[in-house]
Amino acid sequence: MASTPDDATAHLSLDVEFSGGLEMLFSDQRRHSLTLPAKDKDGNPSNIAYLIHHLCENVMKDTRKELFVLQEHLRPGILVLINDADWELEGEEEYELKSGDNILFVSTLHGG
Amino acid sequence: MDTIKSLKKEIEEKEAELVQLRARLVEAEKLGVRSDRDGVEGEWKWPLGERDYERYSRQMIVPNFGLQGQLNIKHAKVLLVGVGGLGCPAAAYLAGAGVGTLGLVDGDAVEVSNLHRQVAHATSRVGMMKVDSAVTYLKGLNPTITYHAHATHLTPQNAEEIVSQYDLVLDCTDHPTSRYLISDICVLLSKPLVSASAFQTSGQLIVLNNPPGKGPCYRCVFPKPPPPESVVGCGEGGIIGPVVGVMGVLQALEAIKLLVRGDHLKSRAGDGEELRQVGMLLFSAMGDVPFRTVRMRGKRKGCFACAGDDSALTLNELKTSMDYIQFCGVNQPVKLLRPEERISVAEYEQISRTNMTHLLLDVREKEHFGLSNIPGSINIPISRFTAHRGEGSELSDLIPTDAPPDAPIYIVCRVGNDSQIAAKKLKDLGADRNGERFIGDILGGLQAWKTTVDPSLPFI
Repeated sequence: MASTPDDATAHLSLDVEFSGGLEMLFSDQRRHSLTLPAKDKDGNPSNIAYLIHHLCENVMKDTRKELFVLQEHLRPGILVLINDADWELEGEEEYELKSGDNILFVSTLHGG
Repeated sequence: MDTIKSLKKEIEEKEAELVQLRARLVEAEKLGVRSDRDGVEGEWKWPLGERDYERYSRQMIVPNFGLQGQLNIKHAKVLLVGVGGLGCPAAAYLAGAGVGTLGLVDGDAVEVSNLHRQVAHATSRVGMMKVDSAVTYLKGLNPTITYHAHATHLTPQNAEEIVSQYDLVLDCTDHPTSRYLISDICVLLSKPLVSASAFQTSGQLIVLNNPPGKGPCYRCVFPKPPPPESVVGCGEGGIIGPVVGVMGVLQALEAIKLLVRGDHLKSRAGDGEELRQVGMLLFSAMGDVPFRTVRMRGKRKGCFACAGDDSALTLNELKTSMDYIQFCGVNQPVKLLRPEERISVAEYEQISRTNMTHLLLDVREKEHFGLSNIPGSINIPISRFTAHRGEGSELSDLIPTDAPPDAPIYIVCRVGNDSQIAAKKLKDLGADRNGERFIGDILGGLQAWKTTVDPSLPFI
């Protein structure tokens, strides 16, 4: 089978999950299978920052964006796990997405 | 009625006292037997007390636990901060396992609404300080260990004095302010920290500052506190008992593992212990995969608390200049409506008595609404308002379509914050038809309704 040509039409399939209450912002749905362009509009490989932007623009139904993003970045108190590893081990917003990646957004819990 | 109630309570208290007296009698008789025999056979020659072999036999015979594991546990002093949904089960298992000294810190008293999850308390002990209630329960479970009850909240002022008496700390509290304080004092006093949290149907668990000075602290993982409006406690958001229970039990397990390995002893001697991969356990009761462990970062370079250089926090600074409440921020009351857009519960009660056509929208979530509500109110949960993007001014999601277009709309919620957000949203969408139709909220919400109009209303 021929591999997909690496051009502007190439897409990534991602498994995006929300938990710890964040699913409330995404139609109460924990798991979203997304297809994302492999490159952003500037031709750079799609990374986590682009995914967050995409989620805000195209997936989030709730208008309370500030519960997900503050000052253009993910709000404090949300952990991002890239294939079950803290995103800080993977380059945070700069991590370049690969097809099949599992990205989990978890709100930190405080109750006890 | 009151006599029956108080008699019942007295009987329960006496019965609890009897249970304790009987347990003490059993222990005293055993001691008596032993000392009698000791007189004949000479000194007790085994490293644990006679009673201990029986009490802890089932855990001591587990591979790699053994006598040394039990001795480590026996000589350990463990502090639990918070004696609620996490602290109760954690304390029970640690007491059962024979931790030599167990300290409990909590400044709250037992409430009836705690009992579905806080398993060390009891109906007969409602109103008692949580630390005292828990010690009563724990002494029934294991009267042979030492308990210290600190009936206070942990503060920057008392943290050093309390935490310095222990080898290991469990964070069983329920707010970011205490979580940062506990982590900071553990870093400064070189204590490993087992931290857990739970909310609704989810839980999280991580072992921090282990070995002390080498593992990441809470600030390494969460350098910035979450905005206060995103912090919802169990009182408001709810919690399933076994969800927080499983997290507390797992905390006790991590503590036992740490003590049996002797991590708390090695670290103090400054051994070159290799840092294990730090993992965080995520529990999601309703998820496809209920348990998953994710790999976490190590220490953060230049961490405010644990960087270990001259810029890092000192004990003196923690005590004199740290304001954790300010650091985490305070939730400001919502102020979206002008006074003339808000009516009191008494005013609404008057309106409801007249036959004037109007709408009363209750914007609490459907679970809250289903438990109690004002007669005639219609439930439109706040999430429908916040999810409404306003395109095309489609209002049928938010206002019943059969209502006359000029009927005034009153909005009510739990205490009077979300009702303002909903009223503002309706106005922004043009539902007030340029002021022709009144749209406003009810000050103080259901809470005020209960106080002023209907004391029988269950308020949750």
